[in-house]
Amino acid sequence: MIGNVFGWLTTAAHWRGGNGMTAIGTQIQAHVTYSFVAVAIALAIALPLGLFMGHTGRLPFLVSAANTLRALPTVGVLILLTVMIAPNFHGRTDFGYLIPTEIVLVLIAIPPILSNTYAGVQNVDGVVRDAASAMGMTGSQVLLQVELPNSLPLIFSGLRSASLQVIATATIASYLPLGGLGRFIYDGLAQQDFPQMIGGGVLVALLALLTDSVLAFIQRHVVSRGVSGRFSKKAMTAGGPAAADIVQAEVAAV
Amino acid sequence: MTATSTAGAASSSPWHFWAYFTAHRHQDLSWLWDHVWLSALPVVIGLAIALPLGWLASRYKWIYPPMLSLMGLLYTIPSIALFVIIPPLLGLKALDPIQVPIALTVYSVALLVRVVADGLGSVPEDVLQAATAMGFGRVQRLVKVELPIAVPVIAAGLRVATVSNVSIVAVAGTIGLANLGQLFTTGFQLSTPTAYYPPIVLGIVLCVALALAFDGVIVTANRLLTPWRRAVQGR
Amino acid sequence: MIRFDSVTKTYPDGTVAVDELSLTAPSGKITVLVGPSGCGKTTSLRMINRMIEPTSGRIWIDDRDHSTTSPTELRRGIGYVIQHAGLFPHRTIVDNVATVPLLLGKNKREARAKALELLERVGLPASFAKRYPAQLSGGQQQRVGVARALAADPPVMLMDEPFSAVDPVVREQLQNEFLRLQSELSKTIVFVTHDIDEAIKLGDQVAVMRVGGKLAQLATPADLLSNPVDDFVAGFVGRDRGYRALGFEAVPGLQLDPETTVLMGSDVSAAAAVARDGWVLVVDEHGWPQGWLAVGDDATRASLQITPPLLHRGGTVAAVNGTFRSVLDAALSSPTGRGVIVDEGRRFAGTITAANVVRLLEQQQAAHSQTISVPTVPVQAVPVQGATPR
Repeated sequence: MIGNVFGWLTTAAHWRGGNGMTAIGTQIQAHVTYSFVAVAIALAIALPLGLFMGHTGRLPFLVSAANTLRALPTVGVLILLTVMIAPNFHGRTDFGYLIPTEIVLVLIAIPPILSNTYAGVQNVDGVVRDAASAMGMTGSQVLLQVELPNSLPLIFSGLRSASLQVIATATIASYLPLGGLGRFIYDGLAQQDFPQMIGGGVLVALLALLTDSVLAFIQRHVVSRGVSGRFSKKAMTAGGPAAADIVQAEVAAV
Repeated sequence: MTATSTAGAASSSPWHFWAYFTAHRHQDLSWLWDHVWLSALPVVIGLAIALPLGWLASRYKWIYPPMLSLMGLLYTIPSIALFVIIPPLLGLKALDPIQVPIALTVYSVALLVRVVADGLGSVPEDVLQAATAMGFGRVQRLVKVELPIAVPVIAAGLRVATVSNVSIVAVAGTIGLANLGQLFTTGFQLSTPTAYYPPIVLGIVLCVALALAFDGVIVTANRLLTPWRRAVQGR
Repeated sequence: MIRFDSVTKTYPDGTVAVDELSLTAPSGKITVLVGPSGCGKTTSLRMINRMIEPTSGRIWIDDRDHSTTSPTELRRGIGYVIQHAGLFPHRTIVDNVATVPLLLGKNKREARAKALELLERVGLPASFAKRYPAQLSGGQQQRVGVARALAADPPVMLMDEPFSAVDPVVREQLQNEFLRLQSELSKTIVFVTHDIDEAIKLGDQVAVMRVGGKLAQLATPADLLSNPVDDFVAGFVGRDRGYRALGFEAVPGLQLDPETTVLMGSDVSAAAAVARDGWVLVVDEHGWPQGWLAVGDDATRASLQITPPLLHRGGTVAAVNGTFRSVLDAALSSPTGRGVIVDEGRRFAGTITAANVVRLLEQQQAAHSQTISVPTVPVQAVPVQGATPR
């Protein structure tokens, strides 16, 4: 079976498409697009909100509220929204499925970003905040010049966690007639074409790992060395790719 | 009883999920039971596996980085991808139902190893030294001192694991596995041309209730196992 | 100059942190606020830069009511140093120090150049500029904190227990360097500490506060030691007051006894020849005292050369212009009872016995009681009999 999967993945025809099957490349593109849009929207909402909440200490209940969203079954909400919204788009065009999907994806991406941003800002050492204020920085200067840079590790944790969950859920969204890498899984299942099904899974896994690596790379270069502790002689602490940090972010948000 | 036995547009309203439930009681409860097992068992087994692995990682510093890299890698892979990738790796049929519990166990282990390692690592060094100086043997110290102190951290990890499992098991419904996720697929299929809500809403209600129930059990267990924290905090 | 005018701070739950505090911190001098926990010293300090707002009363900074300036503008003109420094972890050392000048709008190159200059001033090597706070020790971070406070050249500096978080050896170094800096810069400094010894060492004037935020006594360190105003202050200032008060005056008319010395490296037998009471003082080629050598009847040692391990090095050494305290200590700690005194070039100048020091002290006290004593309350001008009013 593994050989068959490998064969399926490396067949050039599959990458170009045809024979009733959309090209692998197209599906990757679709998947990345759905995910990227959702994460971007979630960032636009949750990041400023989290910064505001962390800086002023107001509205902490929003964090617990966001976290209770996690108890919702994603498939269920996805189907519920689809069933509510899709019929309004006559003939169930792509938009009819895209909108509920994007709504669900955004809802999934917000809690990790919000709670991590909030925690990140709150965890900035009180002494540092005090010193910044005492030196004559205005509130927004303290937030942007001091609190934000020092919260970046946690913010990135949240961003990476959110991205992975969105990629995972976008896969499920292909249960609906939509594009994305999940298409191969569900079509493969329907057609009992197991190399396709498993190949789809492999592609999703690779996309997730690649995305996380890219974000980790960006994180390493954006976060000040003074904060991450990455000095030349110092060994890396929490080992390995900070995919491990995502686990940490998940747990910390509880 | 088939899923289409309920009649009339009125009963497709979301608020009639209770009527739907009573009509399909047996099926729904059987799915619920399956869901409970599928969510909980992998976590329990996962914890059993993660405890020794996490202990190793906390005890031997050189194990920590590679172990956590591997676990991080496994956790990054979306669960549904794990579902379909594991059977060929283990030589199973491509669509063996056992793949879901196995994949979920792997997922839970990936999450819990880090949690256990960090929980055990959070025990203050002076406490460890005091325990050893008082004559605790290595195993005794682990069981009587380190684990109890690590309980809150591990409990937090268990909460994340079980709640996310409830959602992931529902996803497995979309690839044909018997559990509450079937309520969603049923509802979806019946929603042509107009929306048929009851099974969907029922499914959501039951899943949320289940997730909250698991969460509550773990929180209570945590409280019972850590009486000293209650004494200190006013929570 | 900073003036507190009946300043009070009460909190909504009724706690009175500062109670009708009135005092003046003169320009160019160090005023220390000291007292037990809960006496309101830190609260008072933080009211100066409006980190905390007074409930009533006013604070004047150089004759301007400080509530008339916006807090951020006010703070940019006041240096602030705290325990644990509060350096920004995400910025390099040089960028940390350059923070306030940048806030004030200076261009980056100028600000950084000034920062480097200041780093040197506080005794840090230029190689530290590109490092991050996490790479520095506590004492080094504290120096950066001081440099940062000085960067915009503010006339006023507020310091809240800046040296408390480091170990005693480092603390003493920092205190000494702080005094050196102040002698160069003459800033108006308000300094908070819970350590009475630090207050006495650093302050030009010391304000002792009691729990509940009331001022107990405002006086120079010498006065605080010799004339505590009540039991609380006396208890707070602590024991050995008489002895510690000796640390403030040089010894007038210091008369030294001569002593034959021996060079390091010469034979023990040569030393034995000039020994007095069985002890000889050994000096090095510069004339700097190294320690006392005990010469016994032990013939086996006679041919040995004098080397450091053979010496008794426990006695302290005082300078000719040192205080009564240091001179007395030199005499008391010397194994021979003769205290070693050196001149400005650290060369051996002579010895003195404890008895002679005490005799000189008594002479001085007799002379003092005939002059008018200095007042122990507010350092504002109180007309002194016979002195011309300012």
